[in-house]
Amino acid sequence: MEMRAVYAACLAELMEQDRHVVVLDADLAKASGTRGLYERFPNQTFNCGIAEQNMASIAAGLSSYGFKPYIESFTPFATRRICDQAAISISYAKRNVKIVGTDPGISAELNGGTHMSMEDIGVMRSIPGMVIFEPVDEVQLRAAMPVLYHYDGCVYIRLFRKETAQVFQEGYRFELFKADMLREGKDISIFVSGMLTADTLEAVKLLAEEGIHAEVINVHTIKPIDKETVLASAQKTGAVLTVENHNVIGGLHSAVLEVLAQEKIPAVAVGVQDRFGEVGKIPYLKKIMGLNTEDIAAAAKRAVALK
Amino acid sequence: MNQDLKEVCKDIRCDVMTCIGHLGVGHIGGCLSLVELLAVLYFQEMNIDPKQPRMAGRDRLVCSKGHAGPAVYAALANRGYFDRAELLTLNQGGTNLPSHCDMNRTVGIDMTTGSLGQGFSCAVGVALGSKLENDGATVYSIIGDGESQEGQIWEAAMFAAAKKLDNLVGITDYNKLQIDDTVENVNGIMPLSDKWRAFGWNVIEVEDGNDTAQVSDALKQAKRFAGSGKPSMIILHTVKGCGVSFIEEKGSANHNMNISEEDVKRAIAEIRGE
Repeated sequence: MEMRAVYAACLAELMEQDRHVVVLDADLAKASGTRGLYERFPNQTFNCGIAEQNMASIAAGLSSYGFKPYIESFTPFATRRICDQAAISISYAKRNVKIVGTDPGISAELNGGTHMSMEDIGVMRSIPGMVIFEPVDEVQLRAAMPVLYHYDGCVYIRLFRKETAQVFQEGYRFELFKADMLREGKDISIFVSGMLTADTLEAVKLLAEEGIHAEVINVHTIKPIDKETVLASAQKTGAVLTVENHNVIGGLHSAVLEVLAQEKIPAVAVGVQDRFGEVGKIPYLKKIMGLNTEDIAAAAKRAVALK
Repeated sequence: MNQDLKEVCKDIRCDVMTCIGHLGVGHIGGCLSLVELLAVLYFQEMNIDPKQPRMAGRDRLVCSKGHAGPAVYAALANRGYFDRAELLTLNQGGTNLPSHCDMNRTVGIDMTTGSLGQGFSCAVGVALGSKLENDGATVYSIIGDGESQEGQIWEAAMFAAAKKLDNLVGITDYNKLQIDDTVENVNGIMPLSDKWRAFGWNVIEVEDGNDTAQVSDALKQAKRFAGSGKPSMIILHTVKGCGVSFIEEKGSANHNMNISEEDVKRAIAEIRGE
């Protein structure tokens, strides 16, 4: 199932139970998967047209009236375009608004550089009070949605909207602010979020063939980051690799290294090397950005060699 | 009633001077231009209860020109939301009365504002919330004339009309001045009434926005527009720094100005007509 369909199905459940759950779009309801909710919940859905900043502040106003708004757009428009509204109307004002950005990083594919957010985590991470969550697959998203609903505050949900490889098994329990150990290892800690998690698990197989036992931790909540888990794993293995579909500046790499700043542990980054995106399909973009399974394995070896 | 409101205006105006004067600097001009409006809203028009500041279904005020916080605080204190003595903590470290309105700090403030343009969109969200709850509340939102240069104001204007939010009453503090110069010299907004009409709003123009009777009539008329299917905009022609001649004379320099204790005394004497 596509992630946007899972997201919309989860929303429908919440909207059914709680009439204060409202959904706002900026002419991307179809892209976000929420279009179907408009007929089913006419009094809980509002298309604001192509005016994301207005949408963000309206959501803050609705929140002050006891509503629980979810606003959606593509990641660049849900973050850098509404940066001031996210900061002031939403987070500074302590509003319970969930901001959903779809098509993160290279997953914007054919929309190209203008729609390809390499900086959205950095933008949102620097806003005090903003929680950042990036799901890996539909199992994790489904488990997270009710938990996020009960969290009274602002959350940025960085949502890959198409189908993903399945990483988590049914029965998975989601804990907000707690990173997930996907695989234990002793030689290197690999911290990963979002769509590159499956590629990382593939890379781990390549590493195992060469006798390197990698630990893989999915940092689904990039802010606040699970310091305890990051620190314990890095201290145990003595080498770190971060893997992200985002600029290596301001995203997961930065978040992990902020935790490890006092530690003498070598760290290497797989991610977008401070450049804009361009048009192309995901395999092409992974190749030119150095985000392939082989790139991840090679980077892990570099980190291990630095020990 | 009018006579009473005039006394209320004097009290609010003096409190604005006293609290900003205590600090020695502040947004005096745009606070003084709003005094009559705030007096009529808080002492006559709004369905509110200072003893139940979070009362369900109450009327709301979103002061989108958040820098007029001190005037709103003075009105709230005089209306009994909190002790007038607290006004002297304005803008001091740890205060509940920061320069710009903050719903999480100040009793009676309905929305956090300060980044211009945003509060008006928030007010639209509040008005939508009230419609969904069907609680009959009227939502008032004050914007500045300079603030009307923000694109977000017009995004909000379009949405409010499209969604028929006739429980929303916008009020433009049209004092014609902004920080750098006159509004027309900086980036003209005329013809303002035509713009709002073209965006699908009822427009009520008030010739003297510093006359309580005229302000009161306009607010009553706006309330009669509930049911019209259109939001209403009251354009208040006001004077920046109104009520204190030496402040008025400063023109756009009174936006955020220094003030001495002695000048505060002079201002209060003029306001009180002594």
